[in-house]
Amino acid sequence: MPKREDIKRILMIGSGPIVIGQACEFDYSGSQACKALREEGYFTILVNSNPATIMTDPNMADTTYVEPLTVEAVTEIIKKEKPDAILPTLGGQTGLNLAYFLMKEGILKKYGVESIGASVEAISRAEDRELFKKAMREIDVDTPRSGIATDLKEGMRIGLEIGLPLILRPAYCMGGSGSSTVYNKEELEEFLTKGLEMSPVHQVLVEQSVLGWKEIEFEVMRDRVDNVIMITSMENVDPMGVHTGDSIVVAPSQSVSAREYAKFVTLSRKIIRKIGVEGGGANIQFGQNPDDGHIVIIEVNPRLSRSSALASKATGFPIARVATKLAVGLTLPEVLNEITGRTMSFFEPTIDYCVFKICRFTFEKFPRAEKVLNTSMKAVGEAMSIGRNFREALQKGVRSTETGRFGLGSDGRDTITDEALESAPDDLMEEIKRNLRIPNDERLFYIRYGLKAGLTIDEIHELSKIDRWFIDNIRQIVELEKEIKEFRINKSQTAIPPELLRRAKMNGFSDRQLAYLLDSTEGKVRSMRKESNIEAVYKSVDTCGGEFKADKPYYYSTYETKNESEPSSSKKVLILGGGPNRIGQGIEFDYCCCHASFALKEEGVESIMVNCNPETVSTDYDTSDKLYFEPLTVEDVLNIVDIEHPIGAIVQFGGQTPLNISAQLAKAGLKILGTSPDSIDRAENRKRFQQTIRKLKLIQPDNGTATSFEGARKVANNIGYPVVVRPSYVLGGRAMEIVYDDEDLAGFMKKAVEASPERPILIDKFLEDAIEVDVDAIADGERCVVGGIMEHIEEAGIHSGDSAMVLPPHTLGEDTIDVIRQNTYSLAKELNVKGLLNIQYAVKNNVVYVLEVNPRASRTIPFIGKAIGIPLANLATKIMLGKTLEELGFTKEKKINHVAVKESVFPFIRFPGVDVVLGPEMKSTGEVMGIDSTFGAAYAKSQIAAGQKLPKKGTVFISVKNQDKRAIILIAKKLVDLGFKIVATSGTAGVLNKNGIKAKVLPKLHEGRPNIIDLVKDGRVELMINTPAGKATKEDETKIRSNAILYGVPLITTIAGAEATVNGIEDLIKRKKISVKSLQKYHAQV
Amino acid sequence: MSCVNNSGQAMLKTKAKVALEDGRVFEGISFGAAGETYGEVVFNTSMTGYQEILTDPSYKGQIVTMTYPLIGNYGVNSEDVESRKPFAEGFIVKECSRIVSNWRSEKSLGDYLQENDIIGIEGIDTRALTRHIRLQGTMKAVISTEDMDDKNLVGKARASVGLIGRDLVKDVACEETYVWGTGKSDTRNQKRDAGRRCKAGRCKVVVIDCGVKYNILRELANHGCRAVVVPAKTGAEQILKMKPDGVLLSNGPGDPAAVPYVVETIKHLIYQGSSINYRLPIMGICLGHQMLGLALGGKTYKLKFGHHGGNHPVKDLKTGKVAITVQNHGFCVDIDSLSKNDIEITHINLNDNTLEGIRHRKLPVFSVQFHPEASPGPRDARYLFGEFVNLMRTKGQRCLNGQTFTKS
Repeated sequence: MPKREDIKRILMIGSGPIVIGQACEFDYSGSQACKALREEGYFTILVNSNPATIMTDPNMADTTYVEPLTVEAVTEIIKKEKPDAILPTLGGQTGLNLAYFLMKEGILKKYGVESIGASVEAISRAEDRELFKKAMREIDVDTPRSGIATDLKEGMRIGLEIGLPLILRPAYCMGGSGSSTVYNKEELEEFLTKGLEMSPVHQVLVEQSVLGWKEIEFEVMRDRVDNVIMITSMENVDPMGVHTGDSIVVAPSQSVSAREYAKFVTLSRKIIRKIGVEGGGANIQFGQNPDDGHIVIIEVNPRLSRSSALASKATGFPIARVATKLAVGLTLPEVLNEITGRTMSFFEPTIDYCVFKICRFTFEKFPRAEKVLNTSMKAVGEAMSIGRNFREALQKGVRSTETGRFGLGSDGRDTITDEALESAPDDLMEEIKRNLRIPNDERLFYIRYGLKAGLTIDEIHELSKIDRWFIDNIRQIVELEKEIKEFRINKSQTAIPPELLRRAKMNGFSDRQLAYLLDSTEGKVRSMRKESNIEAVYKSVDTCGGEFKADKPYYYSTYETKNESEPSSSKKVLILGGGPNRIGQGIEFDYCCCHASFALKEEGVESIMVNCNPETVSTDYDTSDKLYFEPLTVEDVLNIVDIEHPIGAIVQFGGQTPLNISAQLAKAGLKILGTSPDSIDRAENRKRFQQTIRKLKLIQPDNGTATSFEGARKVANNIGYPVVVRPSYVLGGRAMEIVYDDEDLAGFMKKAVEASPERPILIDKFLEDAIEVDVDAIADGERCVVGGIMEHIEEAGIHSGDSAMVLPPHTLGEDTIDVIRQNTYSLAKELNVKGLLNIQYAVKNNVVYVLEVNPRASRTIPFIGKAIGIPLANLATKIMLGKTLEELGFTKEKKINHVAVKESVFPFIRFPGVDVVLGPEMKSTGEVMGIDSTFGAAYAKSQIAAGQKLPKKGTVFISVKNQDKRAIILIAKKLVDLGFKIVATSGTAGVLNKNGIKAKVLPKLHEGRPNIIDLVKDGRVELMINTPAGKATKEDETKIRSNAILYGVPLITTIAGAEATVNGIEDLIKRKKISVKSLQKYHAQV
Repeated sequence: MSCVNNSGQAMLKTKAKVALEDGRVFEGISFGAAGETYGEVVFNTSMTGYQEILTDPSYKGQIVTMTYPLIGNYGVNSEDVESRKPFAEGFIVKECSRIVSNWRSEKSLGDYLQENDIIGIEGIDTRALTRHIRLQGTMKAVISTEDMDDKNLVGKARASVGLIGRDLVKDVACEETYVWGTGKSDTRNQKRDAGRRCKAGRCKVVVIDCGVKYNILRELANHGCRAVVVPAKTGAEQILKMKPDGVLLSNGPGDPAAVPYVVETIKHLIYQGSSINYRLPIMGICLGHQMLGLALGGKTYKLKFGHHGGNHPVKDLKTGKVAITVQNHGFCVDIDSLSKNDIEITHINLNDNTLEGIRHRKLPVFSVQFHPEASPGPRDARYLFGEFVNLMRTKGQRCLNGQTFTKS
């Protein structure tokens, strides 16, 4: 069937900011979709609030809106662009929900917009728990016993009828947010209440727990003539009870027999037909009782999902591209399989390797959060690895997560020693058993500990319910580890035999692990290997198990006989990606890596991408000329270099990951393109940096470095408290803190030293109440051009990644800006920057301080790109290849007539009980952009896009620390003028009342009720302004803030933020409705 | 080198080699039986279903390589068999799991192979082997656990008999007629399925056993047929005497041209089985399809490396619908050799445009190259059994003129 001619203009909804449960996989799917739609000749309109995406690049869609993903904003876009159809299946749960609400409110009908990919009925059947259960019953597919609760009483009744334990799932929530397992009546009541609040439709599914069952997933596609194909199966190593987004997952399934497999397939077909996906894909999750094979369906996502991104990267099948083509009416036999280039998409991929997905967690960022995995997703990123067996894939996967591990243990980083495991005292055994029983992010390691401490496969299975097959494979790693250790240099006279060395490599052992086990060094192990011809070969991901020749496969390393990756003779450059997403290093860096690839293509240089993050655009099959799906370690990168012989590598785009290994790579002979490793070191190494600053006569806050507590104390006392302590070479302000006295310092030193061993601690004078400024610039060694100067909304002390920023600066004077500009030029010149450069400044009393210099791509590069219309990463790549800014035609800073605000989004809702106050350690997972003609409007948009429901009327709660009391008066006055009522704690209310602003006093939490939490729960407060008092956070305040987050009340924790918010609210009230304008239009005016 | 099996016993690992007739030799480790075995080496791309594959009689004369590297994970059970025993001449895998994990498992794959005297070899770069076959074509090979001399082995591979012109059907077909689901050794499930009746009365199907897969018989039973399985050498007269409602030509191993006696039987059935009021419905599967092609005057040829797997897209030319099919064949009916006056092309393979299905324009006779009975693999094409039953119910009375057999 040909594509549909009755539609011409298609509106695509993106997924918004990166949050837990919704990450860059939707940039990958959205970008593929944009390309697919334009290939078919449709006019494509895109809306997404996330500027850090490739999909929002102005050349991806015909017209691009960086606007909040709300019914209001999208309605305006619909009015303006008059699309014939809306494609909601590529923007995650956000896109799907938005389409659902557009339908509910009659917008789609009113403007004649059809939902393609998944009809509104199909979406409802999959998302509405009651409809879903009914649909499944009609086709005889079992679901866990359950009931739908719309209020607490009903929920309690259903729950107690089914029997505990139970799983509670709020409807229309992505990534299992709000979903929980409850074991007793009290928990049932507590979590029901929360779940009902959280669900946008106030509906919770109370479900029989199938804890410990196998969790099997299928990715299914269907076209409009009812062709159905299975893309792949996936088996969760962590059984039911752990959210699949947090689980270790393998593809294909390992312990399912052909007959059972066929049963799953038959069920999947029935289900996708019943749900009614016509022209798209779905992810289907099953639970299977491991004792009798009984199968129940858990859920269906009738859209592109994190799992489908994984399935896509695991098989080579471009699910998003094909789903888009199906959505516009093409059928599977009409869509070419681009990987082989010769077969059609109507086939089922077959794979001849084992895919392993492992998650990256950031519990260290939220020390008060419980380190337990359950049905609410907590992972912030993931890595995928490929091997010819499970063990190889597992060990590669572990080192891909970049958590300092080089495989499954025996890398010198184990928390439990071999000696302890040998004697295995009772308390240790208890610890191991507990960690096997209760799912957590270290469980894989505890399986190893358990085996070493003498637990049997059956015992570990009983505790963890993890399939014995996986446990036995881990046991094989443990056995091999023991075998290798026999050849420890100081123990054995003979060197490790090549046969064993090869076997170790086939089982995924890294050279680092072998070095540790053999008491040798990584370099020596490497040369020993090479002497015995034990070298990595590369096999391809080709969708067909080698049955057909493939035009665009990608590669993974393994230790086999035959290498398939044939290097071309052309000039080529290696781009090192950023690995798994984490707080501090996310999609922004992937954006830059993709641009490097595009730029290389434009320059006629072959691009070779190395990355292991399956969610990304950079690991898409057609982003680069060649893709290696590999961990970003020195060993793995050098192996690729040995085969490819690139002219050099780009390391400044992948965040800290490639930078951390760049010195070793350079030492091994790989040329680092652009700014030299020495320059990077001059910027990152505090001592050398200080010398540079002095040489240039620039100003730095007083500072010093130390490697011990004593040293640090001396420095701190010299400078005077408060000081900022931070380790060198880290991203996202890891372990960075503001400390006020010696006692604090002692505590934080300990953590900081953990964060970066062998490298000194940096101590800076903390400039209280200074304005922070971020500058991104580009330089070619001679000339430097500023890309953008961004003023932070929040004052100094809050991590730049967490701070809202405005471009251009809205309070700084032109002379200050000029000083900043001049400082930037001289630093770029001095460091001989060739490529990108990010500098953070602080301005206090008109003095410009240089806080830090990063001669690499920063988090704000894509934001600037969207604001000024220049892809700086692209230009920087060309500079690295030898072009000058003049040749590139970028010699003058761009002046813009609009205002762009970047705001961050936070994962606090995933970590109940954690305080939500911002500080120097970065905590946000993603960002949004608000763009408009005035600061107020742009800021308001950024807040709405970040999920803050800015009120236009109602009650505002204010409670500020003493030093903010003066500043709050004006803000409160403005709020009252705008028609708001004020409630406040006694201190704040006193100040306000004294200044003629009416404020009602609320009792403190322990003083009486109703207190502020009661108001929050009852929905009687629309906005909260709460600046934390001093260094010790009061328990009360923490509670108030957590409740604000839980109940979705906008919360502002800084005075500057409050000012900006009030500004934004004023604008909202004035304008009455949101105005929308495409990026292309903004850029045309630059 | 030693390792531990499921019960924790130490096992010694023995070296083994695979040698191809073109001189390529792969070294691995023996699992299953010891000794030496010959056959044509083919690769199968199914990710599960090793037990069904091993017991598929069509693999007689062939050594099977699995492209999926991790085999044996879910063990072996007594239900998932496609015939009385494994028929593959040898089994090549990347890795055979040392433990089994599945609630239905009864034994390990290694033990199963050993019991059935099948030589297995693991530790092979199966992807390299697969790509080699893809480029060079299927070829003769030897697996040995005894002879480690490469030159010797290559010589042996070359000297071994190939598939062309060799009657392998006689080695796999049953020797005596039996009715599916009534035997003493039949499982309860088989009996239960066989005991099912369709609403409109039961059809009696004579299955000419050239190496029939049990799932064909299970599907017939599921569709309310009584399957009478007869040896391949059974003549047409004898079959017609049984008064069947239809005849099914089964799958089987090797070269269709090597079994002229079955082709003769089919010719008789097509033409003698029909009279003015009565036309005998015939369905052919895989080898059955190829033999039908020959009986209808067509020619067959050998494919470069065959189709063996569970993901081949096949298009139904009448409806335009495509099904993911299970395939297992090295020979193929030449699409141009068939008289288009009598024969209609009903299915083609979308990967390489080879012939996948035909039907007679006037007679209730049709066949498919792929396996509608699946096992292992997707069951998209099951509906063809329903079509066959429909044909039998209408007994061919003008039933085919202008009608299709496709799913309504």
